[in-house]
Amino acid sequence: MTKQTTFFKTLLATAAAVTALTAAAQSNEPVKVGMLSTLSGPGAGLGIDIRDGFALAVKLGGGKLGGRTAEVIVADDQASPDVGRQTADRLVKRDKVDFMTGVVFSNVMLAVGAPTFQSKTFYVSANAGPSQYAGEQCNPYFFSASWQNDNLHEAVGKTVADKGFKRVALIAPNYPAGKDALTGFKRFYKGEVASETYTQLNQLDYGAELSQLRATKPDAVYIFLPGGLGINFIKQFVGAGLSKDMTLFGPGFSADEDVIKAVGEPMLGMFNTSQWAHDLDNAANKKFVAEFEKEYGRLPSLYAAQGYDAAKLIDAAVRDTKGKLDDKAAVRKALEAAKFDSVRGAFKFNTNHFPIQDYYLRVITKNGKGQVTNRTLGTVLKGHADAYAGSCKMPS
Amino acid sequence: MNGILILEQMLNGLQFGLMLFLLAAGLTLVFGIMDMINLAHGSLYMVGAYLIATISAATGSFWWGLGLGIVGAAVFGMLLELTILRRLYQRDHVSQVLGTFAILLMCNEGVRLIWGSQPLSLNPPASLAGPVELMAGFSYPAYRLFIIGVGLVVAGLLYVLIVHTRVGMQVRAGASNREMAMAMGTNVRTLFTAVFGVGAALCAVAGGMMGPLLAVQVGMGESILILAFVVIVIGGIGSIRGALLGALLVGVVDTAGRTLIPLFLNAAVGPQAASNAGPALASILIYILMAGVLFFKPRGLFPTHG
Repeated sequence: MTKQTTFFKTLLATAAAVTALTAAAQSNEPVKVGMLSTLSGPGAGLGIDIRDGFALAVKLGGGKLGGRTAEVIVADDQASPDVGRQTADRLVKRDKVDFMTGVVFSNVMLAVGAPTFQSKTFYVSANAGPSQYAGEQCNPYFFSASWQNDNLHEAVGKTVADKGFKRVALIAPNYPAGKDALTGFKRFYKGEVASETYTQLNQLDYGAELSQLRATKPDAVYIFLPGGLGINFIKQFVGAGLSKDMTLFGPGFSADEDVIKAVGEPMLGMFNTSQWAHDLDNAANKKFVAEFEKEYGRLPSLYAAQGYDAAKLIDAAVRDTKGKLDDKAAVRKALEAAKFDSVRGAFKFNTNHFPIQDYYLRVITKNGKGQVTNRTLGTVLKGHADAYAGSCKMPS
Repeated sequence: MNGILILEQMLNGLQFGLMLFLLAAGLTLVFGIMDMINLAHGSLYMVGAYLIATISAATGSFWWGLGLGIVGAAVFGMLLELTILRRLYQRDHVSQVLGTFAILLMCNEGVRLIWGSQPLSLNPPASLAGPVELMAGFSYPAYRLFIIGVGLVVAGLLYVLIVHTRVGMQVRAGASNREMAMAMGTNVRTLFTAVFGVGAALCAVAGGMMGPLLAVQVGMGESILILAFVVIVIGGIGSIRGALLGALLVGVVDTAGRTLIPLFLNAAVGPQAASNAGPALASILIYILMAGVLFFKPRGLFPTHG
């Protein structure tokens, strides 16, 4: 045995010992997740549902993610890109989180992305899916457990076209997801666009838009107004008497439990689309809906379902890498494989880390218990991928 | 351009203007009589709205909420005056701005502590939730009509109070020459507290009325406070008549700007650019209006100081 081989053997042994030590240390240390979400202002309902859905998955897993104790650090981005970016910086640098999740709004997401990706922290989106990250700026550290921004709107566009509406007025907030929304809608709806309005993201009084609708006289109105914006719009739309003359369409965002709770019966009959519904017939979903209602005393929204799935995806990644989160390549591979039971049924990742999944048509009706809620009517788009994957050159 | 669109925008402008008036009326009296800049005025609006939303939810009646909330906000306003603001009258404007800004921050945090950071929802009473047909083919939300009605009634009552009562005479005297009014035996201390209470009550009316249209949330007073300051500068500090006219001007110009500018820009530069530029141009319009008024009448349209 030469001196050299002895040296190498010692080196190897030391390396193995160090690895074993770190592995042991890792299994005791908690998995840290930065839950950066919108918890104040008109979008607070969305962030709270994501947070609660995520927390439910962790709780049902005995406080663990993938066998390791979970530590979820919750922070409020106040729906502000500036605050979001600063807080993300703190979470990845000071708190050294292993995963980031939770951002609701795409403008915040685009600001949070840079510091997160630079520090090689995996981001699992439980909502925002900006087209930038699906196409040319796609990133190995970004995974969407929700959808690409255009997708739900594409499904409504198809529905509106299938139902034979000819003149549609479009309204969305002026921010990245609003632009994605109307682009997505128009990709599948080929009829006349009677008007296209972008409102301010903090706007709550829609008097001006409603009087324009009255003057334009479209036969259908498509709104993408998340959270409090949609609540106000729908109340004012009904209050102005426009619901008699035009049919209101929206993505699931503008017609989910958060909005229904605030608006109530005036929403009956509104069509909307979603990648998830509380009455989807699969075991994972049944468990999720029952447990969510038991834990929080309200029906889950699609945001809650996305939060829950994000936690399940992280859970699977930690489990499949046996908790070795420093091995970035292995974590990435485990995330890409997405071996978890999604509450939405079929789910797999495309090459740009955005899901390929089904989109459903829902209508707001009264259920057996007399509650106003969504009922699934059928599948609009099956195994649907986003339109940007082609322009993503994912670095290997 | 169609007539109904313009009519509806005028009504929207009137409604917004009258709500601004309720805020500006209290602000202008405090500023005019006590020479006091009160940045916490918007907080009274917020506190009023929160009280109304909470009491409405607890009692199940919008009317109970509105009534008790207004009383609650008036009491809160008077307490604020008696405990803190009173000490700021003799200070210069910088101290007043700093002091009342601190109160504003504390109110925001206090509200966040008590009610949380999620907005509260406040629904209009069921009888006013629907539309009213004003003419064939034109229905207008009953609730907005109700706001217009309330705004006009309050403006009328204030007019009677200020112009035809003894208290009103003292208030006007205080606004035009404080020293002289004091020398003539006006009990300025009590008067100030009362004016503050009335101002707070008006804020609460505005907050409670706007609650169902907007959202009851932390910081709701700040954005509207700036407009209220613009209104009293245009109208003339200390003048109720000026506040009413200024508020209506600002309301109509703001609403028209928000609707008509994007409408024209839409055709020229496309919807996205139009929505970027529209609100910006609309708010610039208000400041241009203010600059124009100040250029020709530096003391505002209806100056009170001699």
